[in-house]
Amino acid sequence: MKKNNLFKFICLTPVIVYAILLILLPLVYILFLSFCESDSYGGIIYHFTLSNYFTIFDITYVKIFLKSSLIALSSTFLCILISYPFSIFLRDKSEKTRNLMIKLVMVPFLTNSLIRTYGWIVLLRKTGIINSALINLNIIDHPLNLMYNNLGIVIGMTYTLLPFMILPVSSAVFKIDQSLIEAARDLGAGPISIFRKIIVPETISGVFNGSLMVFIPAIGYFFIADILGGGKAMIIGNLIKNQFLTARNWPLGSAISIFLIIVTFGLVQIYKKLGGKLDDLGGM
Amino acid sequence: MEPIVKLENVSKCFDEGKYVIKNLDLEIFEGEFLTILGSSGCGKTTILRIISGLEHVTEGKVYIGDEDVTEVSAEKREVNTIFQNFALFPHMTVFENVAFGLRMRKEKEEVIKKEVKKALDLVELDGFEERYPDQLSGGQQQRVAIARGIVMHPKVLLLDESLCSLDLKLKRMMQIELKKLQKKLGLTFIYVTHDQDEALTMSDRIVIIEKGKVQQDDTPQNIYQYPKTAFVADFIGESNLIKAEITGIKGNTIHVKTKNKITLIFDKDEKDKVGNKISIMIRPENIKISKSALQDGLKGEVKEVIYDGVITKLVVGVGNAFKLKVTAKGNVLFNVSDEVYLKIDKGSVIPIREK
Amino acid sequence: MKNKVFKNIFIAFVFLFLYLPIIILVLYSFNSSKMNIIFEHFTLDWYKNLFDNRELLMAFFNTMLIAITSTVISTVVGVIGAVGLKKYNFPFKNLINNLLYIPIVIPEIVLGISLLSIYTLMKLELGLFTIILSHIAFSIPFVVVSVRSTLNDRLKTYEEAAHDLGASNFKTFFKITLPQIKPGAVSGAILAFTLSLDDVVISYFTAGPGSNTLPLKIYSIIKTGITPDVNALTTLMLLVTIIVLTTTAFIQGRKIMEAAK
Repeated sequence: MKKNNLFKFICLTPVIVYAILLILLPLVYILFLSFCESDSYGGIIYHFTLSNYFTIFDITYVKIFLKSSLIALSSTFLCILISYPFSIFLRDKSEKTRNLMIKLVMVPFLTNSLIRTYGWIVLLRKTGIINSALINLNIIDHPLNLMYNNLGIVIGMTYTLLPFMILPVSSAVFKIDQSLIEAARDLGAGPISIFRKIIVPETISGVFNGSLMVFIPAIGYFFIADILGGGKAMIIGNLIKNQFLTARNWPLGSAISIFLIIVTFGLVQIYKKLGGKLDDLGGM
Repeated sequence: MEPIVKLENVSKCFDEGKYVIKNLDLEIFEGEFLTILGSSGCGKTTILRIISGLEHVTEGKVYIGDEDVTEVSAEKREVNTIFQNFALFPHMTVFENVAFGLRMRKEKEEVIKKEVKKALDLVELDGFEERYPDQLSGGQQQRVAIARGIVMHPKVLLLDESLCSLDLKLKRMMQIELKKLQKKLGLTFIYVTHDQDEALTMSDRIVIIEKGKVQQDDTPQNIYQYPKTAFVADFIGESNLIKAEITGIKGNTIHVKTKNKITLIFDKDEKDKVGNKISIMIRPENIKISKSALQDGLKGEVKEVIYDGVITKLVVGVGNAFKLKVTAKGNVLFNVSDEVYLKIDKGSVIPIREK
Repeated sequence: MKNKVFKNIFIAFVFLFLYLPIIILVLYSFNSSKMNIIFEHFTLDWYKNLFDNRELLMAFFNTMLIAITSTVISTVVGVIGAVGLKKYNFPFKNLINNLLYIPIVIPEIVLGISLLSIYTLMKLELGLFTIILSHIAFSIPFVVVSVRSTLNDRLKTYEEAAHDLGASNFKTFFKITLPQIKPGAVSGAILAFTLSLDDVVISYFTAGPGSNTLPLKIYSIIKTGITPDVNALTTLMLLVTIIVLTTTAFIQGRKIMEAAK
């Protein structure tokens, strides 16, 4: 009996200590901070206020929220647009080929995301490879503005987060029972009907899983906005970063973060309603 | 009569050079219940998929009615399939499942409602419209699958081992229901199975397939009584197969001798020649067994006894030459190493000539 | 037939999209032109430069140190934690289980700033230690989830059989549980390692001014201007991850082959 307790103690203590110290405590602390005031020198005044939450709904911030959401939504949409046909086309291949292809999707993501983003500069800038190629092929006269704008951010986000969409979508698409598709064909359904009536309903929770894993980081990855969006571009990630490092208004930054957490939890609830499992979110 | 489905010299290979089906001809006529029977991997499901259009032939032609549909894809063919695992769409209600094909055909909503109701009535599932497939029992799922097929009024309904996932009792019940339904609708059914009992119970005609080739194509009675090949004799029911050789031809008869020098006389077939090897088949139930001596009987010794309720299955050794499977009815008790007498009904001894 | 060609072209385009930036970086690490646009001729100068650049090398070393340390610790804690959470009941177990999902779903930046806040509150000096701690913080849940997928009911009967045959908890863990959950543990560890190498956001907040890791170094380099040393370094890092992965895949594969015998 004593030995049994020792084993239980050894297994559970580290993970419980971790969950309390490195997850619960930090979150409770920023929740606390979000109700504090800040002085103009970056200090925190421990005085209860709701003003940080009112500030979030200031028009300048709302604009950034909307723009950031729009960028994240566009990236999510692009990722779905790529992942669906990619997964459906891969479905026809043998299991071995499919597994290999999915592994190959992951390989680029084993390098640092910053480095990959940096690779896009070489491709996208005015004197970059894509513009040079297009000009040399006489397709365009003047270089296109592919970066230092919102387009650049969307390209960067789509690229960086694409595997997080491909993985759940492809695994859902591969799982569809072949006989369901055959039954639909047998009853007269063409490719479009099969996609709308069978594939989409059968994969909806996988797609939502992917959308969560794309949308949520896409509102926070400030470095992609910094590098590919140019100095002016701001997404929610930049906003929070600035509050903590430049403007040093931690309470406001915390309030924005709490707001983000609430939005995230709302999205996760929808995901669970659609039949998604939380464990699938972490399984890459 | 014109066939409703015709396969003409059809071959199919999946991998280069490996034929699942080779040079197959098959005709199916309106209103019949045809069973394609064979062991797993014999190509029977492939034949069904070729008719439904889910698989395309490597060589040959497929006709439905008088139309050449060889290049027509599944969604455009007027045949429907009941899949082995039913393949009900899990995210749709029973109603939506049955309505699916009609919606694909862009039927009007009132027509869909009427037709779906009719189909569900036929399979005795009215009142289940709003259920989802996972809220139904196996037998109910089966009925939904059938309703989904017949609602389309297909020229032919294809059933791919559709009963094999049900338990034995339900299976027997569904066999009878399926047969009744087919007669009522006057529909043509093509049923694929590996279960010989099922084939014998339901079919008007059975086609036995082995290694992608037709072994025999006949009524259930003829297949059971006059199997054309040893494979068929062995596959359908129990049988005793005894090797023998043609020793003489006299007029329209042949003389055949078995290993232990019993001579039998059969009608001559055109290909018969002296020296040809043939098999002689006797069904176990056509052998009379008795503990007391029988006139013209063979003497033997009981080697194995399996009591099966209504009947007793016995294996009887006759001399050292061969063992015979024998079915005994009635209440006589047999024990291993009992001395018994066997009498074989002459008319039920069937010669089988190997191709 | 035409259909099939179209499908394959689409798949090829997706892979082109995924690999283009990396191929470019690797290619240009051997390019003598500093401008990065035209490929002049093959050179190893940038690699030589790189090895003279002590700061970059130091950053590389730190990054590897962080990745390895945090992977080892989070794998151990994650594996035994997942086993304990499955096996035992205790007060607030649900709370702990739910807390573990938080680092997976919330935006990294939120985790980054909340860790920064708590470090400041505790007066921990920002540096290598806080980075490692933070990487452990976001890796453990991924390990737990990965291990949990291999903790099935069959394993429970194996464990009960082991107890029945007289094995203690510790013996059962090492002889039965661990071998069974190894695939989950290995993929969890790989996940933790790659997440650590990939991370920018959390390191950015928890690194402090003095500490020097690769992403931060590269961040500052990109902001001031591009040098081909970075291409060379990227190529090296890519090489390291590919080596780590193929060796683990190879070891796993050989184990499977042996098991098949």
